[in-house]
Amino acid sequence: MTRKLLALIAMFALVAAACGGSDSPAAVTGDPTTTADAADTADDAAMLDEEAVDAAAEEATQEGSVDPIELVLVTHDSFFIPDEVWAAFEAETGNTVTVVASGDAGEVVSRAVLTAGQPEGDVMFGIDSTFLQRGLDADVFEPHTSPLLSTVDDALRLDPTDRVTPISVSDVCVNYWLDAIPGDAPTTLDDLRTAENAAALVVQNPETSSPGFAFLLATIARYGDGWEDYWTDLVDGGVTVSSGWSEAYYTEYAAGGGEKSIVVSYATSPPADVLFADPPVDAAVSAVLDDSCFRQVEFAGILAGTEHPEAAAELIDFMLSPTYQAEIPLNMFVYPANSTVELPAEFVEYGSLVDDPITLEPAEIEANRLDWTARWAEIVFG
Amino acid sequence: MAASVPPVTRAGRGAPSRSHLGGVLLAIVPVGFLAVFVAWPIVAITRRTAGELGGGRLVEVLTSGRFVDALVATVGQTLVSVLATVMVGLPIAAVIARFSFPGRDVLRAVVLVPFVLPTLVVATAIDQLGVLEGWAAVVAAHVVFNVAIVVRLVGGWWAGIDRRRIEAAATLGASPVEVFRTITFPLLRPAVAAAAAMIGLFSFTSFGVILVLGGPARFTIETDIHRFAIFRGELDVAAVLGGVQLVTVAAFAVVAARLQRRVSVARRGRRVPLARPVATAADRVMVVLATALTVVVVVLPLGSLVVGSFRVGGGWGLGHWRSLAEAPPVGATRSLDALVTSLSFAAGAAVIALVVGGLAAIVIARGDRIGRLVEVAGLIPIGVSAVTLGFGYLLAFTAFDFRRSIWLVPVAHAVIGVPFVIGAAVPALRSVDPRRREAVAALGGSPWRVWLDSDARALAPALRTATGFAAAVSLGEFGATTFLSRPQGSETAPVVMFKLLSRPGDLLQGQAMALAVALAGLVAVIALVVDRRRGDGIGWL
Repeated sequence: MTRKLLALIAMFALVAAACGGSDSPAAVTGDPTTTADAADTADDAAMLDEEAVDAAAEEATQEGSVDPIELVLVTHDSFFIPDEVWAAFEAETGNTVTVVASGDAGEVVSRAVLTAGQPEGDVMFGIDSTFLQRGLDADVFEPHTSPLLSTVDDALRLDPTDRVTPISVSDVCVNYWLDAIPGDAPTTLDDLRTAENAAALVVQNPETSSPGFAFLLATIARYGDGWEDYWTDLVDGGVTVSSGWSEAYYTEYAAGGGEKSIVVSYATSPPADVLFADPPVDAAVSAVLDDSCFRQVEFAGILAGTEHPEAAAELIDFMLSPTYQAEIPLNMFVYPANSTVELPAEFVEYGSLVDDPITLEPAEIEANRLDWTARWAEIVFG
Repeated sequence: MAASVPPVTRAGRGAPSRSHLGGVLLAIVPVGFLAVFVAWPIVAITRRTAGELGGGRLVEVLTSGRFVDALVATVGQTLVSVLATVMVGLPIAAVIARFSFPGRDVLRAVVLVPFVLPTLVVATAIDQLGVLEGWAAVVAAHVVFNVAIVVRLVGGWWAGIDRRRIEAAATLGASPVEVFRTITFPLLRPAVAAAAAMIGLFSFTSFGVILVLGGPARFTIETDIHRFAIFRGELDVAAVLGGVQLVTVAAFAVVAARLQRRVSVARRGRRVPLARPVATAADRVMVVLATALTVVVVVLPLGSLVVGSFRVGGGWGLGHWRSLAEAPPVGATRSLDALVTSLSFAAGAAVIALVVGGLAAIVIARGDRIGRLVEVAGLIPIGVSAVTLGFGYLLAFTAFDFRRSIWLVPVAHAVIGVPFVIGAAVPALRSVDPRRREAVAALGGSPWRVWLDSDARALAPALRTATGFAAAVSLGEFGATTFLSRPQGSETAPVVMFKLLSRPGDLLQGQAMALAVALAGLVAVIALVVDRRRGDGIGWL
């Protein structure tokens, strides 16, 4: 009987835990102290970009009489911005942000396409240049030209009608392990064609891996019709193909103790490897093959069908503001689109975006995606 | 435990299970739950995507070489996975059921550990052994992940076999093999069938294992649903594959349910517990072998994690463990908070699954038409693709913003937990000797008294087994979780683990491993606590 009672109590405790525990982490409001800190940060931001923040503050006062709007930002699982930053947005505009995350970049786009007109939220972040056209074709965004676009390199504005706003930038690059590279370090994409280097190279399946797809696009942009011969050379040389980035980097590549010394990864992998090294190191252990870098831009857009287009536009502006942009590098390991933002020391010292990356038009990518990957599979898997 | 029937004066008018109205009322909760959280989302996504589908396209997809290859591979690896898992799990189940020895409870608890380990880590461990490749490696991973289903579902059932039946056969000169073939196995079949059905459905919809261990060139229906829906943006093709998967899974569930009904056995009279202390040298050998088998299946993939979690700065230390409670070095929820979230979700999911699954089991055990329907419908959730369910929720729950509610995750976890509750509870309920009900009723027991004294006694231990599963399923669930929209801050431990593992940096890898070991420890402790009351096998009667 006592045991039964104990079991019952335990079960109620569990239920109670479920109710209490699941409610508390949900709200993204921030406690009073962090809000105060955030307000300070917001002040700093105002000094950096007075106009934009003043404008936002003005709107906030105008809207001061109405209830605060709860904006929903739909994004992917890799996204992370600390609560203090959202508290700064709230201090500025009076509106709150709830971040709702799921899956990867491709999934976020599929979800938006599936719910076009009845969006899951007000703003979407995470559609990248390789999926951009699909989102544009499905009319999921409403245009908004942010005043802060003046701080962004024109090359990142891939939609001339501003249905999407560039927020962050990264390069997918071939990395090599400095101590393990066979022979001389490769300096060009072409160098990987040698049997020696191809045998040391790990790439990812473009259909199941975002960097894998970017690398395929890099070879197509560089070699045009000759990309098939390039891949034939890689296959003849004994290139290794894995399904995803993790298996490539931590099973095959030297970073995880694997035998391969060249891998498709990111421009930010060398600084990350230094920053999170264990034991600590004082110099980069791997390097980036600049010539191989393919530019990926991540965008935010107002989801068509939102009930709060003005507030959503404010959120987009905020995401381009220094307050937000400064948080991007160390939280998501990509570069801010706003060129006025200072980068963390590690990013400056151990890595950088390349000046002249390989790019491909989003429309061309979407039009040829299926043909290219089908042909790639024929060459690689036979 | 003696059947104590207290004197009851009020005359019973038949057990509640006899009344048709009662059956309908009982069925409302499980049928409603499955309709809202399984059927409706599937209908929603099918309606939306099938609209874009022409008849020509349907034929084109179904006759393509890619589809035929995927179907053959999926069915093939599923069948082999089921067989291999049952063969590995049965000896462990036998030892746990037949002997009482120190550490038995721990053995039964730790087999649940693989349930919560990240796919990537288990796959890497198998990969690094270097013995198996391709489909063989895929099957090995499925054995590791699913062996608990055999050990716990069949083991619990096995322990309830009356020892005297076995001993009588042995006395009559039957060899151990003959005893197993003619007495034990027929008695085990309901549980084996239930376990096989669940292993089959899990293997059918396996995703991460196929990608990592199958390598880039192998694919199944499930991985192709993802490929067409996400990378290629061909939702209509994904819908065809999802439809094929659903039909196959439903057919599978119908066969499994029929099989279970046919082999269900009533357990008559009082029984003498099967388990006995380890006495002979042969006993000891069996216990050692079963333990060794468990070690290979559970500890091997876990071992690399444990080592990795203590490997700090080229030496050994607790740094990664301490980091669980610290602010993460890279944008992510603190690991400790994720563990708390996971625990809360698991508690919520377990409670929902127990209520829904328990009621469903009672309805199923009645054996009427509603029961047969619920039996099939209850199995389907674990065979539905995460893409189908995730996108289905997205379209179905536009009202009240439920599609991004914090409750969506525990509900989705409960959907996957319900089949386990049913799988554990139905054979137990079917085993209730009808004469027992009649006896209690004849003594003047009220319908409620009859139920408490017969069915409830059979249900209780089964629900304990099921609680462990429901919690473990929720704690380890990644595929469906990642397809649901979750407010930032409510990341579960597997989601944070995935995040840490998919970024460069040794410290992040180390923290992911510490988090995985912590989650594994948690699930083992939960299983131990839930199991503790089971005593020596005989939980009922």
